[in-house]
Amino acid sequence: MKDNSRRGFMGKAFGGVAAVGAVASLFAMKKSWDPLPSVKAAGFTTLDMSGYKENELVTEKWRGKPIFVLKYTSEMIAAMDESQKPRIITVGEASYLVTIGLCTHLGCIPSYDRKKESFLCACHGGTYDLVANVTKAPPPRALDIPPFTIKGNTLVLGEVGPEYLEMKKNGLTL
Amino acid sequence: MAHFTKATSIKDWLNQRLAIEKVEKVLASEYWIPKNINFLWAMGMILVVTFALLLVSGIFLLMYYQPNVDLAFDSVNYTIMREVGYGWLWRHVHGVAASVVFLIIYIHMFTGIYYGSYKKGREMIWISGMLLFIAFSAEAFSGYMLPWGQMSYWAGMVITNLFAGGSLHADGLVEWIRGDYVPAQAFLSRFFMLHVLLIPLAIIGLIGLHFGALRIPHVNNQDGEEIDFDEESKKYLAGDKAGSKVIRFANDFMAKDMMVVGFYLVFFFYLVFYHYGFAMDPVNFDPADGLKTPAHIYPEWYFLWSYEILRPFSTDIGLMAFAFAQVIFMLLPFLDRSPNAVPASRRGLFKYWFWAMLVDMIALTAMGKLPPEGAFSTIGLVAALVFIGLWIALPVITYFEKKA
Ligand code: HEM
Ligand code: FES
Repeated sequence: MKDNSRRGFMGKAFGGVAAVGAVASLFAMKKSWDPLPSVKAAGFTTLDMSGYKENELVTEKWRGKPIFVLKYTSEMIAAMDESQKPRIITVGEASYLVTIGLCTHLGCIPSYDRKKESFLCACHGGTYDLVANVTKAPPPRALDIPPFTIKGNTLVLGEVGPEYLEMKKNGLTL
Repeated sequence: MAHFTKATSIKDWLNQRLAIEKVEKVLASEYWIPKNINFLWAMGMILVVTFALLLVSGIFLLMYYQPNVDLAFDSVNYTIMREVGYGWLWRHVHGVAASVVFLIIYIHMFTGIYYGSYKKGREMIWISGMLLFIAFSAEAFSGYMLPWGQMSYWAGMVITNLFAGGSLHADGLVEWIRGDYVPAQAFLSRFFMLHVLLIPLAIIGLIGLHFGALRIPHVNNQDGEEIDFDEESKKYLAGDKAGSKVIRFANDFMAKDMMVVGFYLVFFFYLVFYHYGFAMDPVNFDPADGLKTPAHIYPEWYFLWSYEILRPFSTDIGLMAFAFAQVIFMLLPFLDRSPNAVPASRRGLFKYWFWAMLVDMIALTAMGKLPPEGAFSTIGLVAALVFIGLWIALPVITYFEKKA
């Protein structure tokens, strides 16, 4: 009996030590899978907005992701309704669409049709209008707008500015 | 204390130390197989052989493959395919085997479903089998990343995005899995590790479990008959080989098994030498480009049915339908409420359920390959709904099934 309880105690003691060790190693393993600091730090891109041509989609790169930049024509702006206008980003005199060019469904890159002034995602057939609001499912929401701040005639991606915060607050992007 | 005597032969020497004769009996000559089975029972052995082919060809590929985003594509498409002597052979064997293994797994699964080999003590065989299916799926997916072509990259992007859980927006989880904002070096290195070490280890362990699960219930037979293996094996050992319902696993049953394996290998190497194209997606012969999606992203044929269940719905419902499809086969032994373990043809409505499920999965596979437009979208949606409906109907129709 005495022997038994001593063994029982040893079993429990070992179990306790092992449990602490297991939790600690799981923690270390989780951390080892995290993105590296160098990956996180390389997260800023500056765009010079003076070079873009109207109604011509340009794909830039930020954090390895494609970024769509589309300079609107004045006719395009005139034809927009109230659900579309708030998504315009204005730098200097000109108005732009700036979004992450990954379909919000499962991340394919939609293509832009200049004539129809809309985007089509070939993967599962989703479509977006010229401010990248969804016009046909499966995408659940408009293309996301990357965090940005406006500095003179440039746009810094990855840095949160007041215009971006405003858009986020109004639920225009995630 | 154990007592050892001077050995009379090498066999005796080993026998005293490792009991090899006993091991041989337990594993082979006195492991009993029913006589009343057909070639469909050879699928398990074919899977073992195919796994061996994957392992051997994989070892040779591993000697030249470079898990680096700048080098991976050329190390496969140039070094292995053009420079390494017979490198193309290992690559084609590996690619064809990875594809064909799923064909055989599906046949193996549907054989089990048809003959009711997932109940009456065979539940663990089924569950370990489904775990193998999951492990093979993960193995195939991680392997597909390695050549770092366009399909590797974009399949990696789309599949890891599934883990955001739709409206849950668990983007942190997705970035954690990738080790970066997008699939990049960290992603390639860790999927390389999974593909060549962790998942193969898990598969080997699971095969052990699968075989262990077979020992007590033994394999089923064409009539679902409950055989008294002790009784029948005694008859056999007493010399009544004709009257006994069982034969030895080795060499008797193995001889027939290997015959089927032989036919399979002829077919397999025919594919490797003359028809390997189906296992090599042409889009994956373009190097990965994070700024350009291929026109159509579709998975390899063996994932198409579950992909098609995802596709016709909006994101959240699609994800739920997809998750349903991934786990539901696992629950088959518990959703089938009938105690009958006989072939589907003798089971009333279940017969129609079986064929409807088979045809539906083939329809889903075909639609998954076609672009999601017009009539294909509609057929895909109907087939996806039929799939879910069939699983909901299963407990009901089997509950009312008459005792066979
Ligand atoms: C590489 C993967 C697999 C290997 C190596 C393997 C191997 C085997 C072997 C050698 C047998 C005995 C011979 C036979 O009946 O065919 C067997 C039986 C069985 N396997 Fe698998 N198997 C694999 C995957 C699966 C999967 C994915 C399932 C389905 C969930 C499954 C379900 C079964 C069932 C139900 C049996 C019993 C058949 C009966 O009693 O008649 N196996 N397996
Ligand atoms: S990824 Fe664009 S519609 Fe699915």
